[in-house]
Amino acid sequence: MRKILKFSGVKVAVGAAIAGTKEGEGPLSEDFDRIEHDAYFGQKSWELAEGELQSQTASLALQKASLKRDDIDIVISGDLEDQCFASSKGAMQSASSMLGIYGACSTMAESLLIGSMAISGCFADRVMSLTSSHFCAAEKQFRFPLEYGAQRPQTAQWTVTASGAIILEHSAEENGIFITRGMIGKPIEMGITDANNMGAVMAPAAQNTICEFLKSAGESPDNYDLILTGDLGKEGSRLMKELAIEEGFDLNGVHNDCGLMIYDIERQDVHSGGSGCGCSASIVASHILKKMREGNLKKILYIATGALMSATSALQTQPITGIAHLVEFEVK
Amino acid sequence: MTEKQYARLVQELAPKSPMWKDCLKAFVIGGAICALGQGIMNFYLWLGLDKENAGTAMSMTLVALSALLTGLSLYDNIAKHAGAGTLVPITGFANSIAAPAVEFQTEGFILGVGAKMFTIAGPVIVYGTLSSVIYGLIYYFFGGAV
Repeated sequence: MRKILKFSGVKVAVGAAIAGTKEGEGPLSEDFDRIEHDAYFGQKSWELAEGELQSQTASLALQKASLKRDDIDIVISGDLEDQCFASSKGAMQSASSMLGIYGACSTMAESLLIGSMAISGCFADRVMSLTSSHFCAAEKQFRFPLEYGAQRPQTAQWTVTASGAIILEHSAEENGIFITRGMIGKPIEMGITDANNMGAVMAPAAQNTICEFLKSAGESPDNYDLILTGDLGKEGSRLMKELAIEEGFDLNGVHNDCGLMIYDIERQDVHSGGSGCGCSASIVASHILKKMREGNLKKILYIATGALMSATSALQTQPITGIAHLVEFEVK
Repeated sequence: MTEKQYARLVQELAPKSPMWKDCLKAFVIGGAICALGQGIMNFYLWLGLDKENAGTAMSMTLVALSALLTGLSLYDNIAKHAGAGTLVPITGFANSIAAPAVEFQTEGFILGVGAKMFTIAGPVIVYGTLSSVIYGLIYYFFGGAV
């Protein structure tokens, strides 16, 4: 059984999120700090654009917290590009010290867990968790050139163009939004080779982490205001809940998925919903923190899921491994 | 749950593509492209080209049109509905070369555009050429019997 990580004094200082045009036409557009309509973010390529997106989001978070770049002890960032190029590029502007990580779409939760461990373990006073995704950069790397006339299957998801940054700080106070517990994901592979059905790949990993956490912690789903997954999408969410019911946990009343929240599924032609590191990162850093500050959400679980594959492994029709990291937020 | 049971559950919950609607759209749009091709060919015949040259000129016109529509970011909007209707005619081939040519400009003209232009069309060229070699050999050995 995996350990439940118990954190102390890990307070959320601030969150910031920047999103693209399509996300700006979705239901949560009002909650993002900024919508950028230039998909190039003023840069020459998609890869540089995503780097710029991350660096602007990091700067915005620093501004909102009235902090400077040197005030952050560690920036923990990652993204979907080859060798996490966007994070490296973004870090040139935003980080004095940086840990680059890769968790595919689970990056934000992974970053928050590492950051919480650093603060709780007295290795840092202030940490920034930062990640992004960019539709055009992801399509270019994983799928087809943008202008190619391919049809997307119904289970496919739309990679979100967005970035989310959350600054965590050590605090002895007892009021505010805190990260209280967490659980690191277990790699799970159930024989799915279809790179167009990420939901099916990640659902077992999400169910595994959620159920193991609830069991170990002795909690029931009703104890939470929200159990939020990163980007399982339509099919993935249904699969995850079916699997959870088999383990004795009914998540139906309390579950939502960022991939289903970021777009209007009926109107925006995104098939199974949104995906990408930036999907859950931008929503947690804006919409969710806002609801917690307003008192609408008091205790939540955030589980970001990742599909650990590469463009090469997909061509080799390797079964895809999923992973899900869990972070517990509480308002004190 | 075993992998097999999970695969069955995934299959159950996966939404089915609207097969009939997709086939109908592919038929109508693909047919329209072919009809357009015939119209262009008739035009070239009327201009005085012989049948073979008119056919070649027609292919060139359709290829040029597809490349233009790809560059104008319109081709993929049609293809989204047409599916095989835009993929199968020569228009699909043209789009598959023009699209990466547009995308990989940022990596330069040699290793970007030049090298990556054929990432999608490459297999068509390779296996099309291979098939014609095999056909040629069969024709050579079995002559008129084929």
